[in-house]
Amino acid sequence: MNASLTLLVLCAVMFGSGVYVMLERSLTRVLIGFLLVGNAVNILIFIMSGAPGLGPILGAGVDPDDISDPLPQAFILTAIVINLGVTAFMLALIYRSWWLAQLGDEGDLVDDESDDEIEAGRAADIVRSAAQDDDAIQQIIDASDEEPEEVEHR
Amino acid sequence: MTATLVPLVVLLPLIGSACTLILGGNRRLQVMVSTATLSAVVVIAAVLLALTQADGPTVVYLGAWDAPFGITLVVDRLSAIMLLISAIMLLGVLVYSIGQGVADRHRETPVSIFHPTYLILAAGVFDAFIAGDLFNLYVGFEILLSASYVLLTLSGTGERIRAGVTYIIVSLVSSLFFLSAIALIYGATGTVNIAQLSVRIAELPGSVQLILHLVLLIAFGIKAAVFPLSFWLPDSYPTAPAPVTAVFAGLLTKVGVYAILRSETTIFRENDLGTLFLVVGGLTMLIGILGALAQADIKRLLSFTLVSHIGYMIFGIGLGTEAAIAATIFYVVHHITVQTTLFLSTGLIERIGGATSMTRLGGLLKLSPLLGVLFFIPAMNLGGIPPFSGFLGKTALFLAGAQVGTPLVWVVVAIGALTSLITLYALARFWNMAFWRGRDEVEGYTSELLSSVQEAPEGATIVATRTMPPLMLVATTALVVVSVLLTVFAGPLFDLTTAAAHGIVDPSAYVSLVFPGGVR
Repeated sequence: MNASLTLLVLCAVMFGSGVYVMLERSLTRVLIGFLLVGNAVNILIFIMSGAPGLGPILGAGVDPDDISDPLPQAFILTAIVINLGVTAFMLALIYRSWWLAQLGDEGDLVDDESDDEIEAGRAADIVRSAAQDDDAIQQIIDASDEEPEEVEHR
Repeated sequence: MTATLVPLVVLLPLIGSACTLILGGNRRLQVMVSTATLSAVVVIAAVLLALTQADGPTVVYLGAWDAPFGITLVVDRLSAIMLLISAIMLLGVLVYSIGQGVADRHRETPVSIFHPTYLILAAGVFDAFIAGDLFNLYVGFEILLSASYVLLTLSGTGERIRAGVTYIIVSLVSSLFFLSAIALIYGATGTVNIAQLSVRIAELPGSVQLILHLVLLIAFGIKAAVFPLSFWLPDSYPTAPAPVTAVFAGLLTKVGVYAILRSETTIFRENDLGTLFLVVGGLTMLIGILGALAQADIKRLLSFTLVSHIGYMIFGIGLGTEAAIAATIFYVVHHITVQTTLFLSTGLIERIGGATSMTRLGGLLKLSPLLGVLFFIPAMNLGGIPPFSGFLGKTALFLAGAQVGTPLVWVVVAIGALTSLITLYALARFWNMAFWRGRDEVEGYTSELLSSVQEAPEGATIVATRTMPPLMLVATTALVVVSVLLTVFAGPLFDLTTAAAHGIVDPSAYVSLVFPGGVR
């Protein structure tokens, strides 16, 4: 099997730096680490597909030995979609834990050094806008919660 | 006929999930749709098991793409057994959670998101059980994991987010291991079809086989919570709502055990990791149960016994004989039922007693004798008291070990017997404190028994409602009855698991099933 050295080095560097960043305590960095390692694994799958060739469409005059292996590409696409979903969820989780940390209720949840550097006024602004967002979401939840009640009373 | 039923076990929950999401505003319809969906899956799983038992295993090639090019779904006896027992558990826990949701009527468990997520979790579990190729197994895992992230952090309280972060990051790492393993296996063999892998892996050099095997085992080991990869479980499971913890404890780790069982018997049949499995199994049992001894909180205690009893299954897989595999499958079925039931009765204890710590509970037997029965039967079952299925499963495992009879196996059998005793001690101690001790004795109570226990790190305040909604009681009772039925019908069930073991110990049977014309 032939493998591209460039891809191999890229894969190794991404794996290494991804694992390093994942070991940090800050959730945001863990997420960045996860994205790096996730994409490194995708590249690993790509390396494993063997030598690149023509588009994987069989037709007249196309030798099956010349075309790329389509299966790893399907794997990578699936993995990318899964990573996207997980990333979205992780971002929501990070936002939520940051928000809880701002409340002071669970203050030790996020231990991010950069938090200290944010000026107090700016932080207050962010908290205020976040509170408005949360209120709006809560209203929507309340509205959807109350509907079945009314249905039952009728 | 059978071929059309197989994809339905995954499709129905997914469609049901979409419907419940659309019906988000109408709880009653949502409840009806999800109950109907899971009931239908229970029926389909039962039919599949009966058909598999009568006509042999079924293979479905999705989109009429023959293996190894398309997605293959395989339902052999093992898959059918796992499908049926997990469908029953999922349905039971769903009914329980409906009872709880209706009784609580507050935002602790927002039902509008609970039902769709729960059904997606079910689809993922079923998909993992019928997957005929590694990548589909990976997708099944991802479906159930994504759903479990949402269920674990339901309503996003600080405690749950904190527990969820550990669980999610550990799960993500295990998924990355799994995907890397798939990449490496594909690079080495050019296929991900389990049947074809079974042939091609055997042709690889021993060292390459070992690397592929270990990477895959690390991924599955994290999911199955095998020592030393089990550290995350006792911290993350207990904080979720009772029904969620019950279904996680009962099913999610067993999906990992199923994956290990499948890979050991079919993909890597010829391996010399048996010793590793025995050692790891023994350590899982011992260290898990010693952790359980130190817990005052029943939810944490049960999470540690969960880890500990995974060790029995790893021990059975390590032995690798047909009798041992049969006993392992029996033990998996028993453990899914008992662990789920115990967590459900814990949910009831929480409502009646207003606490989950044995230092603060008391007089429960007087408050509710029925709850006493519902806790006592599965607790004794887990502790391995005759004549319950826990005793039968452990005996079968030890007998299979005795047939192998190497010194290491005898050591692990001894550890297994000891673990069983300590489990009994831990549960009996909780029973003494929470049920037999009088309500008025709780204040200022000192005892040798309580001197070594630790409280849960963050005890959330629980409001004792003093009532048990009928639906929760019915669901718990039904699952206790199922666990007792497993004991009563242990003979036929054991015949079934022996047949299932017979079908998987010889990988050539599986291969000729998927490739009737032989592997190209």
